[in-house]
Amino acid sequence: MSLLMDPSSEELEFGMDNPVLPFLRKDRIPHIWCPGCGIGTSVNSFCRALADSGMDLDQIAIVSGIGCTGRTAGYLNLDSFHTTHGRAIPFATGLKLANPKLKVVVYSGDGDLTAIGGNHFMHAARRNMDLMVVCVNNFTYGMTGGQVAPTTPLGPTQTTMPLGNFENGFNLPFLADACGAVYVARWTVYHVRQLAKAMKEGLHKKGFVFIEVMAPCPTLYSRRNRLGDGVDQVKYYKEKSIIKNGAETKDVGLTYQGDITVGKFVDRDRPTWLDSMNEHFGKVLGDKYQTYGG
Amino acid sequence: MHADPKGVLTGVHFIDGDHAACEGALAAGCRFVAGYPITPSTEIVERFAARIPKVGGVFIQMEDELAASIAIQGAVWGGKKVMNVTSGPGLSLMMEHLGYAFITETPCVWIDVQRCGPSTGIPTGPAQHDMMQVKWGSHGDFQIIALCPNSPQECFDLTVRAFNMAETWRVPVFLMMDEVVGHMTERVDIPKAEDIEVVDRKWTTKRPGEYKVYATTPEDMVPEMTKAGEGHRIHVTGLTHNEKGYPDMSVPSQEKLLGRLIGKITGNADKLVDIREDQTEGADVVVVSYGITSRVASAAIEQARAKGVKVGGARLVIAWPFPAKRMQELAKTAKVFVVPEMNMGQMVQEVERAVAGAAKVVPVTHPGGSVHDVETILSAIMEASR
Repeated sequence: MSLLMDPSSEELEFGMDNPVLPFLRKDRIPHIWCPGCGIGTSVNSFCRALADSGMDLDQIAIVSGIGCTGRTAGYLNLDSFHTTHGRAIPFATGLKLANPKLKVVVYSGDGDLTAIGGNHFMHAARRNMDLMVVCVNNFTYGMTGGQVAPTTPLGPTQTTMPLGNFENGFNLPFLADACGAVYVARWTVYHVRQLAKAMKEGLHKKGFVFIEVMAPCPTLYSRRNRLGDGVDQVKYYKEKSIIKNGAETKDVGLTYQGDITVGKFVDRDRPTWLDSMNEHFGKVLGDKYQTYGG
Repeated sequence: MHADPKGVLTGVHFIDGDHAACEGALAAGCRFVAGYPITPSTEIVERFAARIPKVGGVFIQMEDELAASIAIQGAVWGGKKVMNVTSGPGLSLMMEHLGYAFITETPCVWIDVQRCGPSTGIPTGPAQHDMMQVKWGSHGDFQIIALCPNSPQECFDLTVRAFNMAETWRVPVFLMMDEVVGHMTERVDIPKAEDIEVVDRKWTTKRPGEYKVYATTPEDMVPEMTKAGEGHRIHVTGLTHNEKGYPDMSVPSQEKLLGRLIGKITGNADKLVDIREDQTEGADVVVVSYGITSRVASAAIEQARAKGVKVGGARLVIAWPFPAKRMQELAKTAKVFVVPEMNMGQMVQEVERAVAGAAKVVPVTHPGGSVHDVETILSAIMEASR
């Protein structure tokens, strides 16, 4: 994207051919993400998923919370909502229920979705709310300067764990699975094609979809723990990732710089909240009930 | 335009204020509620949950008040009219989203059936404890509109009006009920749909590419609205933003945005205020009250008149924006303002601020848990008249 910073440059023409550009708000580039950050790579995969999905982009809305990943909504050329910290999922719930024809994607970070927003995450999965949730997991609070997150594994130093983290981190796929998500996958930003494919599947899947994306935060997480730059983390993802589709989610927890299980872990069907509502009211109220569709 | 007959339960009813408020919302076109139970407001969402399947819309009980107060806003951008229903402790949790609704200009109605605080306080006891919280409780500068019904009939009427004001001004509008108004049962007349005036959303007719989500003109400070799925590809953020809705965190941008948002209400305060006066002309004492306290005050005013006191009543049907100008006019003749409230002195501060020493201002506080005794207000009037 940096090629576009100078609109008079020749590279602009080159950039115009970039297949993901139509999905971005060009007038909002450059973005705020640091060099080596993995969020942009995940957004690239998401744009490719949008391109491959064949869906009407006017009918896709994106909702983010607060934080580095929370800025994603603002860069995508979709109806986009940058909400409050932790509350992207309930906002998206209201949006989806008001207009069920929309495909609503929640795109936010691990702290936003699973710490301050953890309660909403659990309940939206339990209800099987028809939302696709993309969680970019960089194991830290980036925007505030690198504090411990609910995903930080045991060991690494964070500003609020200055002597190393002694709290256990979440196994997010296990959490999503246990709460009832119908689709659960994890990829890293090394796996751009698999990630784009998972996102495309997620866009077409009905119900609560959860995709975890491991992404480097070179500025805070890596540098503070002497893990090198963004590329070094992607190399780590390449070397230590093991693809295990269908793996038991209880077995896919992450450790500090340890093995990473990636793949599609859950793909099942159960009625969404709205389908359940319509079916139930139809049964109980008979002719007096008109199926709700927005 | 007129109300959609599907939501209007035309007829004469004997219902409490909570139920009447729910009917007001349905009549006004509310078709989405995300709720969370809390005494003494729960009956409103219970009735909505029971009524909405046949009216056509959605009720969902959320996991907490934070979720409820933002899910409604998602639903607004999905095209629905919405309301948020709670009481003190829930309202405290919702405060961040009050600011979000204000800065994003998301029209929504917030019903607060006030109970006794602070903290859990007396959950089943009435109070007027949140009058300042709704005005100042969310961080940053903002403005709201707050209406204060004093009967179940007004719970219906003013809820319809609250929805209309929310759509007109695109600010959060509060219905400041209390436990007594919420739970008292009286006759409520619900008119025919064609006799209920309903304000539709200010939908844009501009095409994608032409439309800017927060564009306004000097003559009209309220932007046109759209919803997701219309091809406008809008961006909405709680950050300080420009006309396109894009973050613009410069001081001039902040000045322009906040100036317009605050100005929408402060610049139109004269149009918005609603104060019902009873024999204030030439009165020595003016009793300023609102909500259920205004009904106790009327009894005291009547008794004081019987004793020969020249006392008038001024009821705040709309508490925010506060009718400061009218208070100043009244202070030219009135010697004393008596302000009974079911709190330790909240709106009385506004009266004091408005009259600025031109008349004496006497608070008649009550910690909450019950309404005032008529005698307490009466003796304050008698004392003031000496």
